[in-house]
Amino acid sequence: MLPRWLFVPAAIGAAFVLLPVLAIAARVNWADFGELVTSEASQDALWLSLRTSALSTVLCLLFGTPMAVVLARTSFPGQGLLRSLVLLPLVLPPVVGGIALLYTFGRRGLLGEQLEVLGVQVAFSTAAVVMAQTFVAMPFLVVSLEGALRTAGRRYEIVAATLGAGPTTVFRRVTLPLVLPGLISGGVLAFARSLGEFGATITFAGSLQGVTRTLPLEIYKQRETDVDAAVALSLLLVVVAVLVIGLARQGRITEQ
Amino acid sequence: MTLEVEATVADRDVEVALEVADGETLAVLGPNGAGKSTVLAVIAGLLHPDRGQVRLDGRVLTGDGAFVPPHDRRVALLAQDPLLFPHLSVRENVAFGPRSRGAGRRTSHEAAHRWLTEVGAEELADRKPGQVSGGQGQRVALARALAAEPRLLLLDEPMSALDVAVLPALRQTLKRVLAGRTVVLVTHDVLDALLLADRVVVMEGGRIVEAGPTPDVLERPRSPFAARIAGLNLVSGAWHDGAVEGIRGIATEPAPADGDTVVAVFRPSAVSVFREAPGGSPRNNMPVTVTDVEPRGDQVRVRAGHLAADITVQAAAELDLAPGTHVVFAVKASEVAVYRS
Repeated sequence: MLPRWLFVPAAIGAAFVLLPVLAIAARVNWADFGELVTSEASQDALWLSLRTSALSTVLCLLFGTPMAVVLARTSFPGQGLLRSLVLLPLVLPPVVGGIALLYTFGRRGLLGEQLEVLGVQVAFSTAAVVMAQTFVAMPFLVVSLEGALRTAGRRYEIVAATLGAGPTTVFRRVTLPLVLPGLISGGVLAFARSLGEFGATITFAGSLQGVTRTLPLEIYKQRETDVDAAVALSLLLVVVAVLVIGLARQGRITEQ
Repeated sequence: MTLEVEATVADRDVEVALEVADGETLAVLGPNGAGKSTVLAVIAGLLHPDRGQVRLDGRVLTGDGAFVPPHDRRVALLAQDPLLFPHLSVRENVAFGPRSRGAGRRTSHEAAHRWLTEVGAEELADRKPGQVSGGQGQRVALARALAAEPRLLLLDEPMSALDVAVLPALRQTLKRVLAGRTVVLVTHDVLDALLLADRVVVMEGGRIVEAGPTPDVLERPRSPFAARIAGLNLVSGAWHDGAVEGIRGIATEPAPADGDTVVAVFRPSAVSVFREAPGGSPRNNMPVTVTDVEPRGDQVRVRAGHLAADITVQAAAELDLAPGTHVVFAVKASEVAVYRS
């Protein structure tokens, strides 16, 4: 039995999250909604957001999965410190992340000259959008997956090894399938975080329509000139986010 | 010797040396915390001993600067918990070992079918591990370990987490599949040792305190732990007309047939001692000659050859027992358990 009073703060908390979402829906200019969300600028922004977020999610999976495994399954001096640093983007203001990226990969950044020699210019390109999103989203995947790995434990991996499976086989046939739900929810979180990314993107990638102006940036720009468009696009972003979460939940239920 | 182990694990205060011959089953008995599982972990390559060596068929697995990783040892481990991979079907679980060593899908599925049949679980092949019972799960885990074709099989209390109702049948299965294999069986159940092992070592406080052929250790335990769990009367012979060597008892399933070799087991405390055979009762009467009378607190252990009886001090005094006295040991048939051996 739960103490009854617990429901009161729980309801207040839920209302605090849900009311603003309803407020957006209430404020939408439904008459022009279709036109507002299908304008060329909106379409460009939505399409760019989906593309870059999908790509950064893939990058998070490719690099974040091994990182989570190393953090969960090994121990070495300074591991705790490394874990804290890797999770830094979780607590860093995204704008600071953007500045950090700029002074790493920008023209006058740490690696900027080397990149320029190779003929690569990262800052203010679509690649920069993907990098900014990956930077802020990676910790979500790592945290979620590391937790799943620790919960799953090593017992199945040990049994697999005594059955003659080498480390790669164990990773592929035992470790990954066992943490698949954690991998999915981590991926969804990373995608959602990428979709909402604003500060690091505008600092490191700028706001160029069709190239770096993602949906949140488009909303921010329209907010000053065309409030109706900003509200309509906000609702669109909410719908996309809800769809992503819903699909992921569906996937996990089927998995179980 | 097939397996030679010498290991010191300082932080668990374990220091052991043991050997297992080809095709032999060695039981490691001992109380909780005696270091039995530590020894298995060292053999399986899951734990680096501080000092020592593990050799299998002359190949150094651990020691001399060498360390063969667990997956290259051909040493399979079956624990208390079956630990079937929850995302794979029973068939895929059993096929896991062959697949890992490079066998194709078809070959490994055939191997899975063969081993599942061997342990009597072939009808479970399409189920997920969540859909089988504890006893079935342990059968599947046994099939999975055997399908990996290990040179050495390690069993770590494989039956201690199971319902007692499924134990006799699983013991028979183990007995059948372990025959001729090189096995180290960790157990605290004296019956497992009796039925499955050729030799026994008893561990206490991280040391081996007793070792020898199973019947010797169980009949004449010298260490306190072995004495507590064992000290059993064992009478083996051919099963004939519901009795072995004239002793009737309760046979566990599957019941032995006439002529099967069986062993009758009963505790010294279940034995009564008389000067003359008591008549008219459904007891097993064994005329014996007392060889030894040894006081144990408020009890007296009366030995007669390989049999023992625990009686009270008063009863011993009234019977006026001394070595050479002819007496009758009597035990109720309901106190005698009979197992096929």
